[in-house]
Amino acid sequence: MPTDDHQNKPAPKPTPETEHYWEGTKLGELRIQRCRECGQAYFYPRPSCPHCFSTDVSWERSSGRARLHTYLISHRPAPGFADEVPYAIAVVELEEGPRMMTNIVGVEQTPESLVLDMALEVAFEPRGDQSVPVFRPRRDS
Amino acid sequence: MSVRAQSTIVGAAETTRIGVVPDVSALEMHAESARLAVEDAGMLMSDVDGVAAAGLSPIAVAHYLGIAPTYVDATTVGGCSFLLHVRHAAAAIAAGLCEVVLITHGESGRSRVGMPPRVADPTSPQGQFEAPYGTLGPPTMFPMGVLRYMKEFGLTHEQLASVPVAQRKWAANVPRAMFREPLTVDDVLASRLIAYPMHLLECCLVTDGGGALVVTSAERARSLPGPKPPVYVLGTGEAAETPLVSQMEDFTTSKAFRLSSASAFAEAGVGPQDVDHLMVYDAFAHLPIYGLEDLGFVGRGEAGAFIAEGHTSPGGSLPMNTNGGGLSYTHTGMYGMFLVQESIRQLRREASAQVPNVEISLAQGVGGMFMAAGTLILGTAAAAGV
Ligand SMILES: [Zn+2]
Repeated sequence: MPTDDHQNKPAPKPTPETEHYWEGTKLGELRIQRCRECGQAYFYPRPSCPHCFSTDVSWERSSGRARLHTYLISHRPAPGFADEVPYAIAVVELEEGPRMMTNIVGVEQTPESLVLDMALEVAFEPRGDQSVPVFRPRRDS
Repeated sequence: MSVRAQSTIVGAAETTRIGVVPDVSALEMHAESARLAVEDAGMLMSDVDGVAAAGLSPIAVAHYLGIAPTYVDATTVGGCSFLLHVRHAAAAIAAGLCEVVLITHGESGRSRVGMPPRVADPTSPQGQFEAPYGTLGPPTMFPMGVLRYMKEFGLTHEQLASVPVAQRKWAANVPRAMFREPLTVDDVLASRLIAYPMHLLECCLVTDGGGALVVTSAERARSLPGPKPPVYVLGTGEAAETPLVSQMEDFTTSKAFRLSSASAFAEAGVGPQDVDHLMVYDAFAHLPIYGLEDLGFVGRGEAGAFIAEGHTSPGGSLPMNTNGGGLSYTHTGMYGMFLVQESIRQLRREASAQVPNVEISLAQGVGGMFMAAGTLILGTAAAAGV
């Protein structure tokens, strides 16, 4: 019997440096940053490039296309995840290069269904008053 | 400037009891092990002029013991913090900043007596970019790269399960180890899943306990009355990679392990082939696999088979985690102190599962979930060339 436990999932709290990112997720956009100096995209949001230290950086909308880089399947529920155990906690690699932690939705949470390097696309889920990017199997793949 | 062999560890002790100790606070575990380590060194508490601690503040530990230190190190980078404390103490002693540094650990990891509360910070990088996805402590984060490692190098579930099996063989001869009964690969794979691909028996214990070290100059060590031989600090290293496991540069190797161990080997002037005894922090079964490869003991992708074939077990060519490790001996939370304690026991010929002829022992610590690392290469007087 599903409960409303999912409402207890931890919600991110933006800082001034990450606010633009979290404004994007509310609009259904995954925003990442790119360095104008060295050309590389990066995540998580911060005002300087971790590759070359430049502060000449810009925001862009990610295509949302990604591949499943690695994951594990937790058998113990974190707050808000009681109805989902066991559930995968994953790291995906965006088409633009950066990697991020996420959940994989719309697919059985089993090793057989979660195949490394499978094609994914971004979707969004609520966490408190924020929206976080999650990923589902890519439909055109 | 190298400070190779200029400092020595002259005192080392663990708390009298480890495991389940619900009647002693974390702070008293720092203090009890401190008293025992100073006594072990043949010194008095009044000889101590430097204090280092992690978990609790060195100010709290020093005042509790009655010391007003003039060298303080509160470096707290997870379970390897104490290895960094030794490194910093060796440098500080060589530079003349202090003479006798006491390094303490005490943690009521299981009973949670006198422990600071755990608080989640939703504004931290972890709080914003990891916690919303249902992380719940180290088991849901530390093994994040294991499936990637398996795909890239063909590591099998059976090989991974052979890590706790190998270490249990050592623990069988260690009366203080929490778990000593024999273990098979089938037992490990039949234990319940905690975070696939990790089973319960591939995750470390959660215990209470403490330990302390006394570091001083090689010169002062020679004047001590105690019967125990000093253990020389031959080479040290430290490194940090990332506060977020999801941002590891490569999920099949630890950058912090590689950087930290490289500087320790360079300072000591030795290589993996010179190491007689090895301790690799084993919060989870994959850590010794990463450690063996990242430190250069075996090639990339070879560590699983190396362990499964028994090379790190009793009688093998590279004795590793001879106290049984965090998987069988004890794991208070910041287990690094116990790595160093076992290296010292082996070098002093007083280990429960003593390996013959250990002249050089290497202890590799990890902090957080591959977030930081510390390396100590320790040796006998003969290895130090003194
Ligand atoms: Zn750049």
